[in-house]
Amino acid sequence: MSAVLETRSLCKSFGALVVAENINFRLEVGARHALIGPNGAGKTTFVNMLTGLLAPSAGQVLLGGEDITRLAQEARVKRGIGRTFQINTLFRDMSVLDNVALGVAERQGVSRRLWRAASRHRQVREETFALLDMLGLADDASKRVVDLPYGKQRLVEIAIALGLKPRVLLLDEPAAGVPSLESGMILQVLDRLPEEIAILIIEHDMDVVFRFARAITVLVDGQVLCEGPPAEIASDPRVRRVYLGEQHE
Amino acid sequence: MTSFIGYGADPRIRFTECLPWLAAIAVFFLLPDYLSLGARILTYILFALSLDLILGYAGIVTLGHSAFFGFGAYVAGILSAKLGVTDPLLLLAAAAAMAGALGVATGAVILRTHGLTQLMLTLAIAAVCLEIAHKATPITGGADGLSGVTIAPIFGAFKFDLFGRTAYLWCLTILFASWWLTRRIIYSPFGATLAGIRENRVRMHAIGVPVYRRLLTAYAISAMIAGVAGALLAETNQFVGLNVLGFEPSGELMVMLILGGVGRLYGAFVGPLVYLIAQDFLAKQFPEYWYFGIGLMLVLVVLFARGGILGLADALVARWRKLK
Repeated sequence: MSAVLETRSLCKSFGALVVAENINFRLEVGARHALIGPNGAGKTTFVNMLTGLLAPSAGQVLLGGEDITRLAQEARVKRGIGRTFQINTLFRDMSVLDNVALGVAERQGVSRRLWRAASRHRQVREETFALLDMLGLADDASKRVVDLPYGKQRLVEIAIALGLKPRVLLLDEPAAGVPSLESGMILQVLDRLPEEIAILIIEHDMDVVFRFARAITVLVDGQVLCEGPPAEIASDPRVRRVYLGEQHE
Repeated sequence: MTSFIGYGADPRIRFTECLPWLAAIAVFFLLPDYLSLGARILTYILFALSLDLILGYAGIVTLGHSAFFGFGAYVAGILSAKLGVTDPLLLLAAAAAMAGALGVATGAVILRTHGLTQLMLTLAIAAVCLEIAHKATPITGGADGLSGVTIAPIFGAFKFDLFGRTAYLWCLTILFASWWLTRRIIYSPFGATLAGIRENRVRMHAIGVPVYRRLLTAYAISAMIAGVAGALLAETNQFVGLNVLGFEPSGELMVMLILGGVGRLYGAFVGPLVYLIAQDFLAKQFPEYWYFGIGLMLVLVVLFARGGILGLADALVARWRKLK
């Protein structure tokens, strides 16, 4: 299969501290891929390098074969990389509708318009409502994000990213901090995400990982420890050692 | 703060939004002795409106906004006093263009920074403008100010009179046009984008918004409006002094906007009105201590009405509705 997103020998260090070392990674078209690893393994740093939030110290990031290593975050988004954040990064005092519509409007190229009222842009509103409907958020469209339960706020995170119609979606711990009663709602949404989007999920919750992913990459101390289908990863003694300690080998 | 804008907002003008204009027209007929003060208040409302666009909507904190106001005033003043351009509309257009250009030039630098650095840079730009105006005496009049500003009748028909009637109506007309323009911008997708940048810049980058370019556009528009306000002051006073530049008018403007309510559009109307009337009243009653009254007012607003006078009014209306 062809890779929609690829990294070649990606490295990142802060002074003497190496947080990513020689990461070679491929995300196939339509992939459901999980990136796991203990705290401090460098998962979020890796995602930040993919999105352009952090510049790598060395190596390349390729999207659809194009080298995007030096492109700014905005340019990468325009080329099809969408992301969610580990900690909610929402427009807290704005409505759910506006949270999602801002991204949709930017993608449709209308957000620089100065004259016609935002609410008169029917295409933006219709697309946003369709997306909210798909995620079960339509009834909350006019509510302020800050007034929503946490689980729904996580869904808004996903909705904003989907509004960008990404080719690649990077989900940074989408179920983090969500009470177990609400996490089912997130899992259902993850299952329903469009097949054509290649998804990389970073997650600590192994139930979510093994239910969702068809391939797993394990990152430890900024390096790829191993990669493969879930069953293979689950039985890999090196992974067990990393997660459970020496005595469980 | 700005919940009324965005993709779910009704952009139609509400009845309450007509009230300031009805009140302004009523003042013209009912308080003919106060039209000079009225013209000054209208000029400062326009100046505050320009600040609200960048401070309230885009979240750019500046203590140097007087650079554009003063620059606009000097452009209009110099064109009239030195080059004989006296058409009031032409002077406003020239001031808008020049202040906008200054906005682009300075914004290109300051908008690459954040927080305290940005604040200090805005102060520095205002200080540099003040010093240039101070030293370039042959052009600006220096510390003596720029006199000899003559303004032709508006559209060749309405002469500026001693009682300030023409000045008042001229300021009101320009304020109305600028308010209408600003309101459209705020309700537009661009306005929603500015609010997004203010709320969460990290996310705006992550949804592909060219944040810097959008802020620069807003900054230039705001500078143009401030320049028009400055030119209006030059036209109605027929004099430009150094007091239009520097930290003091910038700080004073911010106090006015905070008093009225930041990011509310109409806070820019209420703030200068309350501030300048209080200043006028207190300066007459307590010539030595009038700043104490202004300071006390600001302390009370900051302590008990974080959203300014309009924020307090909103809270009171919400409480009343709840009781009902």
